[in-house]
Amino acid sequence: MNTFCGNKDTRTELFGYTLKNPVIPASGTFGFGYEFADWYDIDILGSISLKGTTLEARYGNPLPRIADCPAGLINAIGLENPGVEKVVSRELVKLDKVYKGKVIANVGGHSFEEYTRTAAGFNRADKVFALELNISCPNVKGGGLAFGTDPKVVEELVAAVKEASVKPVIVKLSPNVTDIAALAKAAERGGADGISLINTLLGMRIDLRTARPIISVKRGGYSGKGVFPVAVNMVYAVSEAVALPVIGMGGVSSARDVVEMMYAGASAVMVGTANLVDPYACKNIIEELPALMEELGIDKLTDIIGRAHNA
Amino acid sequence: MKKETLKITANERLTHDAFAMTFEGCSRVKPGSFVELSLDGFFLARPFGAGDYSDGKLTVFYRVVGEGTEAMTSLKAGKEISALTGLGNGFRTERAKRPLLVGGGLGVAPLYYLAEDFASRGVRPTVVAGFRSARDVILRKEFAAISDIVVTTDDGTEGYCGNAVSYLKNNSVEYDYYYACGPTVMLKYLTEFDVKGEVSLEARMGCGFGACMGCSIMTRSGPKRVCKEGPVFDAAEVIL
Ligand SMILES: Cc1cc2nc3c(=O)[nH]c(=O)nc-3n(C[C@H](O)[C@H](O)[C@H](O)COP(=O)(O)OP(=O)(O)OC[C@H]3O[C@@H](n4cnc5c(N)ncnc54)[C@H](O)[C@@H]3O)c2cc1C
Ligand SMILES: Cc1cc2nc3c(=O)[nH]c(=O)nc-3n(C[C@H](O)[C@H](O)[C@H](O)COP(=O)(O)O)c2cc1C
Ligand code: FES
Repeated sequence: MNTFCGNKDTRTELFGYTLKNPVIPASGTFGFGYEFADWYDIDILGSISLKGTTLEARYGNPLPRIADCPAGLINAIGLENPGVEKVVSRELVKLDKVYKGKVIANVGGHSFEEYTRTAAGFNRADKVFALELNISCPNVKGGGLAFGTDPKVVEELVAAVKEASVKPVIVKLSPNVTDIAALAKAAERGGADGISLINTLLGMRIDLRTARPIISVKRGGYSGKGVFPVAVNMVYAVSEAVALPVIGMGGVSSARDVVEMMYAGASAVMVGTANLVDPYACKNIIEELPALMEELGIDKLTDIIGRAHNA
Repeated sequence: MKKETLKITANERLTHDAFAMTFEGCSRVKPGSFVELSLDGFFLARPFGAGDYSDGKLTVFYRVVGEGTEAMTSLKAGKEISALTGLGNGFRTERAKRPLLVGGGLGVAPLYYLAEDFASRGVRPTVVAGFRSARDVILRKEFAAISDIVVTTDDGTEGYCGNAVSYLKNNSVEYDYYYACGPTVMLKYLTEFDVKGEVSLEARMGCGFGACMGCSIMTRSGPKRVCKEGPVFDAAEVIL
């Protein structure tokens, strides 16, 4: 394993698993990984967060699902995926041929039962070293409000998933709340092993010609370059509020953004939308890291986690 | 699929709202494939069908419909653009002995490169190209050189009066397999008329190469990505 780039140590660690660098493609922007092997050798990646997976196969929302924005995009995919069984038996097998490391399975759901059963579906998948719980999904029984907006629901959901799963559980927080630190604490109380953030910000674009929202289901999640400062602020706040490792994301598009996220408190960094506009985004970031570390006088990347909090 | 820097060599007006942009520095692409052009000032790249290709030179034919295509009209020769090229599956050219190409509006764009491809192998395709009005007609002369072309206009100002599908219904055109691209309504009527062919579809895209599921449509054989399993689909498979 090539863990040193020149004399720079880019390694980081999550729940005892060593990543050769902190760069992880974010869920939903990297398919099941192997799509990107047509562009470059994806073995260079720290890890991969897989497309959000549910219990059964889902087609998702009608088109259009995507709207362009000045510094990002709005998506309303609606969690299209082949269901946990096929993800384990087919997608992970395909991925294993082009990626040697272990990955993060991203779990979605519309009820407690769906979350726990989907999470359990990954119990025997050795390729998966952790789960990432996407709590931004609408809670069907709770009136369609996202699970991730109520601290009590979050605590109970995390506890239920922890019981069903043998893997470390990362809870992925929604930024569409008034006090994100309170939700991070609720996840910690529920037994979370780590926190990742931010998921997309609610957004809408309206077509000037038709005066109708562009996205078929009207609103969607805004992500990409433009959300970066929002994400840095929330990563900073959450890493102050909990004692768990934090994975930062939201608008990351360069090695400089990765270092900034780590200063804010991130142990690893996910790169999402940037992959969609440049398939080489993660590769470029990983290759830029050692030179940037040199420029900033950083020898070991783990030394800088949370550095901004001492200021 | 490749990420390439293309250099604009020409950007010419064809009609009141249609243009042809030609680039050099493009690796070989298949008829029916598309490119994603990254435009300065826009986050998402814009998808365009390969309109013509030879020896590293790529042409896209585009219509101005919004801010991105409007911005394209002011780009000058010499300007370099970052692009993803060779995206999508392309037409299955081996399926036709007597090909019929059916286009509507700018949908004729990918059919021109397809017609050239057939012509280069000694096959002269039949082309039925529908437009709104005489002032919208593009590529008539170019098609006529390599194919038997019928132009139709909705208002009868040029050629047959009516749309491409009504022409097919009312005239006996000999072909064994068709290739079509155009507005969804045209493709819907065409696939209801005959399923021995394939159609090129459009969708708003996040990535253009299969990563985001932004362009996934439901077909008779399950969900498929327009950018990856498409943009060309069997006529019998699509639900329009
Ligand atoms: C596979 C494929 C091939 C295409 N080939 C051609 C071609 O050869 N010639 C041509 O003129 N047009 C073609 N189009 C349509 C072309 O992509 C759109 O007209 C263009 O993206 C509009 O951009 P805009 O900024 O002017 O419009 P805006 O409405 O301002 O664009 C806003 C966003 O919506 C997207 N969008 C808007 N209309 C469409 C559309 N019809 N299809 C897909 N995305 C859209 C844009 O890409 C952008 O992300 C093709 C589309 C696809 C999917
Ligand atoms: C097209 C698309 C699909 C996404 N799908 C998922 C998903 O299935 N599960 C999830 O937890 N997050 C999903 N996300 C959110 C991203 O993982 C990420 O949290 C968010 O986009 C912010 O990061 P970014 O600005 O780098 O993209 C998706 C984002 C996009 C753009
Ligand atoms: S546009 Fe992203 S999968 Fe087709």
